[in-house]
Amino acid sequence: MTKLDIARIRADFPILNQRQRTGSGIDRRLVFLDSAASSQRPTQVIEAMDQLYQHSYANVHRGVYQLAERATQAYEGARAKVAAFIGATTPDEIVFTKNATEALNLIAHSWGRANLSEGDAIVLTIMEHHANIVPWQMLAAERGIEIRWIPVTDQGELDLSNLDRILDGAKLLAFTSMSNVLGTLNPVEELVAAAHAHGAVAVIDAAQSVPHLPTNVVDLGADFLVFSSHKMLGPTGIGVLWARQELLEAMPPFLGGGGMILNVTTDSFTTAEVPAKFEAGTPPIAEAVGLGAAIDYLEDFGMQNVRRHEVELTAYALRTLTERLGDRLTIYGPPEPAARGGVLSMALKDVHAHDVSQVLDEHAVCIRPGHHCAKPLMRHFGVAATARASFYIYNDTDDVDALADALVAADEFFAL
Amino acid sequence: MAGLEDLYREIILDHYRSPRNRGELETPPAHRAEGFNPLCGDEIVVYVDVDDEGIIEDIKIGGQGCSISQSSASMMSAAIKGKTLGEARKMTTAFKQLMSIHETNVGGDGSESELDPEAEVDTTVKLGDLEALQGVVKFPTRIKCATLGWNTLTEALTLGSAPADPASPIRPKNH
Repeated sequence: MTKLDIARIRADFPILNQRQRTGSGIDRRLVFLDSAASSQRPTQVIEAMDQLYQHSYANVHRGVYQLAERATQAYEGARAKVAAFIGATTPDEIVFTKNATEALNLIAHSWGRANLSEGDAIVLTIMEHHANIVPWQMLAAERGIEIRWIPVTDQGELDLSNLDRILDGAKLLAFTSMSNVLGTLNPVEELVAAAHAHGAVAVIDAAQSVPHLPTNVVDLGADFLVFSSHKMLGPTGIGVLWARQELLEAMPPFLGGGGMILNVTTDSFTTAEVPAKFEAGTPPIAEAVGLGAAIDYLEDFGMQNVRRHEVELTAYALRTLTERLGDRLTIYGPPEPAARGGVLSMALKDVHAHDVSQVLDEHAVCIRPGHHCAKPLMRHFGVAATARASFYIYNDTDDVDALADALVAADEFFAL
Repeated sequence: MAGLEDLYREIILDHYRSPRNRGELETPPAHRAEGFNPLCGDEIVVYVDVDDEGIIEDIKIGGQGCSISQSSASMMSAAIKGKTLGEARKMTTAFKQLMSIHETNVGGDGSESELDPEAEVDTTVKLGDLEALQGVVKFPTRIKCATLGWNTLTEALTLGSAPADPASPIRPKNH
């Protein structure tokens, strides 16, 4: 284990090295604590995309000229990096999508329509992001399938006491590996094993965990896993669907167009092999290269070290915020830092999250107020909105101290 | 860039801490509408009781939200109680103009899409305390907070006494 050199890391992120002039005219260091929504990206990622556009760009899988060959190699090289990063057995199991949301829609649309019909049941959890709820509700509205829900405890963990009853006869279990609201790390292997014991396939929404923890899809035993590049130091516009190859091969295509076909006549078409079958149209080429560079950057530190840094920072944050704000501040989710990711959903007594964020902006502290696209979970806790701070590789204890200072100021500002 | 004092005037914080006309009214006869701010999850419920002469006899506000949405709804309720429907509509238009939203008319869907920068500002409408919300304009993301109650009021008045089903939810079949 190596301790991360945060000052050195921060130097790679020019966007973090800026100051913000607040409304009252004070100049403050920008404190970015919203990586769970979207992370920042290092110069290495930006330069990799820049290099491609300046020296090696052409459409992929088409031209026979050298430039096209180099672009194709860069694009497929990124796929291989992604495969290795999550322990996939072959790059063919990696499908590039627009984002994790599109990957989940792909599964619901393609696997779902081919395998689910009226009366079938699928299982979700109350702590899902809307991206892992709405595609299934759309399918349910169309096909008349039943959606069952795994409840959540008051500590923000999945209540698995009735898991066998809930999974009984279900065809699919889709769940998040880490809550984007609470930071809760769910028992992925246990859930996958339970799904398989009931003959259901397991879909993992890993948008929050892949950027922060070591991931190995073979060890997890899953069937599908999705994540987004922009939450892991990569560019926007590209996400990843991983699925076991035999599942991908059996699934009908999602979007139709160029690149996903073997042959087209006026009567019909035949699909290309996976993963091309699921990548219709010109793909996000530079974005894939950027994602590859982000993976290189993260692997340079090692995901174990990234995780350790975030556990330490989360522990420091839980301690500091409790010391500074006491019972004025509620922090949702598991109290044990090792049981959660670096995501803190907070409620300041008698101050709405929107107002908290407004005062925090005055301190140049960027957090996210709102329902975090997880309204069923918010309803469980009886709140309309929380103020969420989230950490990444470039955050340190100074950032946490700035957050605590700003929260104290917000508390004082709204005090009766 | 404006300071926090421009946004959070004392009268706003007062209405936030002690909201006027909180509660519910029986429907019918009262009209009811729900408003949502999809960005922050705020939910507001407006009940209005309009008598045969078109006078707003009573108004109650439910739901939860930030200081801006709550105080705006509270001040709105105090301002329109006892007023005619026509006066309430004029006040809605005037408030939206205060928020830099200029509409040719206040649509029944509560949308702010019909922008008309040329629209005349009706100076005869007195907004009173509500003018304290003027500072919101300098914080563009908060304008939706300030208008949430007003859009919901418009919807409640447009829907009549029919039970509100504004979002017509898409539900899974059979369940």
